[in-house]
Amino acid sequence: MGFFDRISKGLARSRDKFREQMNVLLDRGPDLDDDFWEGLEEALILSDVGGPAAMDIVESLQDQAKRKALPDAYAVFDMLYDQIAATFTPAEQGIFDQEQALVLFVGINGTGKTTTVGKLAKEASDAGRTVILGSADTFRAAAIEQLEVWSKRADVPMVTRERGSDPASVCYDTIEKAEAMGADLVLIDTAGRLHTSNDLMRELEKVVSVVRKRANMPVYTVLVIDATTGQNGLQQAREFNKALDLDGLIVTKLDGTAKGGIALAVSHELELPIYKIGVGEGIDDLRDFDAHDFARALVGDLDGRSADDQAEEE
Amino acid sequence: MFENLSERLQNVFSGLRSKGRLTEEDISAAMKEIRMALLEADVNFKVVKEFTNRTKARCLEAEVLDSLTPAQNVVKVVMDELTNLLGRSDSNLVLSSRIPNVIMLVGLQGSGKTTAAAKLAYHLKEQDHAPLLVACDVYRPAAADQLQTLGDEIGVRVYRGDGVDPVQIAKEGVQDAIDHLRDVVIVDTAGRLHVDEQMMEEAEVIKRAVKPDQILMVVDAMTGQDVVNVAQAFAERVDFDGVIMSKMDGDARGGGALSIREVTGKPIKFISSGEKPDSLEVFHPERMAKRILGMGDMLTLIESAVKAKDEEIQAEQAERIAKAQLTLDDFVEMNRKIRKMGGIAKLVSALPGGDKALGSGQVDEKALDRMVVIINSMTPAERQKPEILNGSRRKRIAAGAGVTVQEVNGIIKKYNETKKMLKKMMPDGDLSALKGKKGRRRRLGIPGMGGIGMDDLKKLQDMVEKNS
Repeated sequence: MGFFDRISKGLARSRDKFREQMNVLLDRGPDLDDDFWEGLEEALILSDVGGPAAMDIVESLQDQAKRKALPDAYAVFDMLYDQIAATFTPAEQGIFDQEQALVLFVGINGTGKTTTVGKLAKEASDAGRTVILGSADTFRAAAIEQLEVWSKRADVPMVTRERGSDPASVCYDTIEKAEAMGADLVLIDTAGRLHTSNDLMRELEKVVSVVRKRANMPVYTVLVIDATTGQNGLQQAREFNKALDLDGLIVTKLDGTAKGGIALAVSHELELPIYKIGVGEGIDDLRDFDAHDFARALVGDLDGRSADDQAEEE
Repeated sequence: MFENLSERLQNVFSGLRSKGRLTEEDISAAMKEIRMALLEADVNFKVVKEFTNRTKARCLEAEVLDSLTPAQNVVKVVMDELTNLLGRSDSNLVLSSRIPNVIMLVGLQGSGKTTAAAKLAYHLKEQDHAPLLVACDVYRPAAADQLQTLGDEIGVRVYRGDGVDPVQIAKEGVQDAIDHLRDVVIVDTAGRLHVDEQMMEEAEVIKRAVKPDQILMVVDAMTGQDVVNVAQAFAERVDFDGVIMSKMDGDARGGGALSIREVTGKPIKFISSGEKPDSLEVFHPERMAKRILGMGDMLTLIESAVKAKDEEIQAEQAERIAKAQLTLDDFVEMNRKIRKMGGIAKLVSALPGGDKALGSGQVDEKALDRMVVIINSMTPAERQKPEILNGSRRKRIAAGAGVTVQEVNGIIKKYNETKKMLKKMMPDGDLSALKGKKGRRRRLGIPGMGGIGMDDLKKLQDMVEKNS
């Protein structure tokens, strides 16, 4: 199954819902009146892309419609894909393709950090890279054991300490071991924490600053965000970004959810690129992000053909 | 938890309050705001539409508009409807007479099932049940280890089985409970997507195998519009009985909480907020509605006060406070009690407008610790009569507590302010506010603080913030 099929499948319900909205819009006739624009904005908000992002998209479309004297609503929809794709902040370069990188995974509880780290380790190790894992989630029961299973699956070493110990010291150990074995990709899992918990956020700040000081390779801090999250996802991302100065996002659980929109909202507002998206349970279901595919999958095809048909044509 | 929603609604209502008479336009404008606030809070679109329609119709009735205080009546209507939305009555966990009772937990991945299972076990243990935890999540690596660790922490037996076949483990778990004289079995299942046919099938099979008395669905409070679809799918397949909303300690607006009951008819039974095993609370719709509207959750506050309370308020202490003869020892005691009630932050957030105060500046729990340290560095005589604290005493205390003299002065200033405030509240030694029948002290509000009014609590709270 190709990438597009998978993400299409995952986002099928988003798309159906959006298309339903659009059909309602078109029912009013193809005129580009205020009702149409308002309806479009509402439809975007309802697919969870968030207020500001929706407003930007609509304003920009409105502008272009006037400038290019677009005849009707159908023409506007054609431009919608491009507009949505352009709303994402593009990544300058993939951090997992670089020669050397240390990546810290942060986020609230239950977004899939440990699983993501595990999958990435497997992928990179299969590609012949020297990978080392650090399990700095010394808080949650059995988090270390969970990552350990992944480290065995991927056949890469893992550094940790007993539960309850200082996560910053785990990171320190991990970096030392990485240097000793000449690893070129270091992946560190941290404990999930709510962005409203000041103490835990301060702890994480310390972890990140220790790593940034100690590491002699580029350090990236990546927020793992659950696609089923509603508008609170923005708040989470804002807080984590404020505390840690994030480099990018990984969006998980994009399968089976009607809500891919939050990814757009976060990427747009915080100007953070999306590095990977999780579209399933399988080890190969962590994919590179492509803004255009995502936009097409989110909105679907508006002239009646399904996105899957289109994928076949290609 | 509902700060953002409360804040917006409060703005709407303070707008209404400033008007003597409300017109239909006023109501419409307010409803539009409420609609946006609810939508932004991830409340399901259809639920919002119905809610605003119903509320608006009720607000436009003559008895609301023509009343002397229309704005307040609007607030009342909104609150009433909100309570309706959340469920009219409390929905407790009902255990059947069958022994062992089986409770099954289901939900999406990462919604917090395993944590909720342990919390539920702890909750039941507190009520003198003997729960057994059964680890049926054989997919996520180390899920059983996690349950085992949590079970060990709260002293509850965990059945793990062979870790291969969840249905088999569930069945054996029930037998294990019988063998070990456990009366409630909590089955923790793997997280599954509502669209994953195979996994949903598995949930059905487990359900058929152990015939649970209660199936609870664990839902993350942060889930967006999709929560309704997820809940509906689970309701169709496994027909759960109630919901545990997890991660309520974040700042999610919890719109999902508002939508699930309306759409599926399944009540919310518990809210889970935090990592500690005792952070599972029974869900009270009316209290939640008040909280959303920023009216404060006084009932929960009083309940936790009663829980924290040592047998009775010490008469002597209450007397002293009533006469505004507060000593520094009382000060420390107050702090200890606040701690027991879940710390300042919890206390403040339960007060009217407290959520807002918390949002504007985090309350520093450590400020209280520092205060205790300073007071502990004083001699008993000084604590009883803080007036005797002169310059050299203060210097000694500062050295003893490892702080600056300024900080010691700060504490004394705070103490004097509190004392002044207490004096104001109890004019001329009038103890009537504190007295119940025959002069016995009524047990009300915060222990050791007697019948302190809301405004005064607010002042106290402001003081704590200012000084932290």
